[in-house]
Amino acid sequence: MIDTIVTPLLKIAILLNAVLVAVTFLVLMERKVIAWTQSRLGPMRVGPHGILQALADPIKLILKEDITPAKADKWVFTLAPIMSLVPALVVFAVIPFGADPLYYVSDINVGLLFIISMTSIGVYGIILGGWASNSKYPLLASLRASAQLVSYEIAVTMTLVSMIVTAGSLSLVEIVEAQREAGVWFGFIQPVALGLIFIGGLAETNRVPFDLPEAETELTGGFHTEYSGMRFSLFFLAEYANIIVISAIVVIMFFGGWMRPFPNVEVLSFLDLIPSWIWFVMKIFVFLYVFIWIRATFPRYRYDQLMGLGWKVLMPIAIGNLVVTAIVKVLL
Amino acid sequence: MLEITPLHYSLLSAALFMIGVIGVLARRNIIVVFMSIEIILNAVNINLIALSHQWQNLAGQVFVVFVIAVAAAEAAVGLGILVAFFRNKETVNIDEMSVMRW
Amino acid sequence: MVEAIAFYTLAALILGLAILVITARSAVHSALFLVVDFFFVAVMYVSLGAEFVAVIQILVYAGGIVVLYLFVVMLVSLKREPEQHADTRRLKFQGMLLAGVVLLELVGIGAYAAARDSAPVVARVAVDIPVQGGNTEQLGWVLYTDYLIPFELASILLLVAMVGAIVLAKRSLD
Repeated sequence: MIDTIVTPLLKIAILLNAVLVAVTFLVLMERKVIAWTQSRLGPMRVGPHGILQALADPIKLILKEDITPAKADKWVFTLAPIMSLVPALVVFAVIPFGADPLYYVSDINVGLLFIISMTSIGVYGIILGGWASNSKYPLLASLRASAQLVSYEIAVTMTLVSMIVTAGSLSLVEIVEAQREAGVWFGFIQPVALGLIFIGGLAETNRVPFDLPEAETELTGGFHTEYSGMRFSLFFLAEYANIIVISAIVVIMFFGGWMRPFPNVEVLSFLDLIPSWIWFVMKIFVFLYVFIWIRATFPRYRYDQLMGLGWKVLMPIAIGNLVVTAIVKVLL
Repeated sequence: MLEITPLHYSLLSAALFMIGVIGVLARRNIIVVFMSIEIILNAVNINLIALSHQWQNLAGQVFVVFVIAVAAAEAAVGLGILVAFFRNKETVNIDEMSVMRW
Repeated sequence: MVEAIAFYTLAALILGLAILVITARSAVHSALFLVVDFFFVAVMYVSLGAEFVAVIQILVYAGGIVVLYLFVVMLVSLKREPEQHADTRRLKFQGMLLAGVVLLELVGIGAYAAARDSAPVVARVAVDIPVQGGNTEQLGWVLYTDYLIPFELASILLLVAMVGAIVLAKRSLD
């Protein structure tokens, strides 16, 4: 009774709190890092060096007026941000922070497919958000955004299938264990897949250079134009939670998950003093930094360039990678 | 009543099938008709999975995978036809989609 | 006991949501109820030990096919205003009659099966699957050895459907 109900609930409570706090600090981190890239300082007023800005932003968003457009479908208008946030958070139930069963909520044996399917459900928030606003520009922007998401999903899914072939299992814990047995992180033997998932992940989370659907200069702000206050903050949270999810997936599949560097080398076993989940979080932070770095550096793709890249470049490369992986795996 | 036998699943499947058939017959919006067809296919899938579980034979699950693939193909082609039709005559009411030429 | 509660709850939810799908006035609401319905059907698959099929159901059905339907509903509503008429005129009486007949049949089948002396079902020997492991491994093995030809045919079917959908929906260039 304790084991099956109380412990998972506790783990879920801790995990959800950690993720939501991490998201608010990620917003601040993004502003600070982009500011430093541009030789300025970013938010500095609230708290020492602007740390409490992460607390001020949610408070501001909660206290804003909640406007529902006239003749908008009220139920769907409220449902859209929820359908965007819930799949992003549910994925954390299967992400393992360590090898011990204490460190993950559940390890289902179709874990990777579960993550892919929750990403597919996340498209609904965008489609419904644009439609429920009952206004032409958000509707067009949401159709564009969902077309982009669906297109890049194909390339990402093909690449994930090639990673499944490499690792031999769908369960996330076993993928990391396969890297321990192989003795090398999969990022070094599958660099093409790493690039594909990273670029596809950028497109899936609507990040620069693929953030046309929600840029403020395009279509008056995209699918969340009419949203304000808490509902907008849910969309916002969903986007940043998705960024953390993609970083976590990249770390698990390509960079050894929770394992310290060189896990099979005995000389470096003093590094085991650092618990596994801290290694995992540190690696995720590296990728979050890369996401923000890319945002500070690259210009935006035009929509037809974006779709052309997804269908004409990334998908053939992903299928080719899958074929080559399968051939190599059979021959070796 | 308390022990769940495959008969329960078959009854659920039959009831869902009937709801789908009523949807196909009683709605005029062609997209809702398509969605009712998907409900029918799901009813069949539930039946197949339940029987596959009872007999511990994977043939049922393989069949369900193929049904899902065929449903995807059918949805794509059906909606393609709908879009092509809608371009000419701007309606989704199947009562008005009754002539081949006008 | 817990199984029975779970089954009846799931069954009630699935049937209730299906009824909402066919009676909702707006097509977008129907599509949303359909997504939730598919999700509960996937939960039922998991309870029957078919977790791979459940995830495929969410991935393909809820995350692909219904997205397609939503797209078309929205593209259609861009062109003209959505009309909120009730569709109750069409064949309502015949539909209800048919439903009543089948309901009687269902009750008859259920009563017959319950009244009959249920002989123990001898489970046939499962397909000889040399691969141990969960549902995914076994299903993959069976798909690629015993059912290889239907698998290849299904992939050709999907290719044909893809080409057909593109050709049908393309604007003619004249």
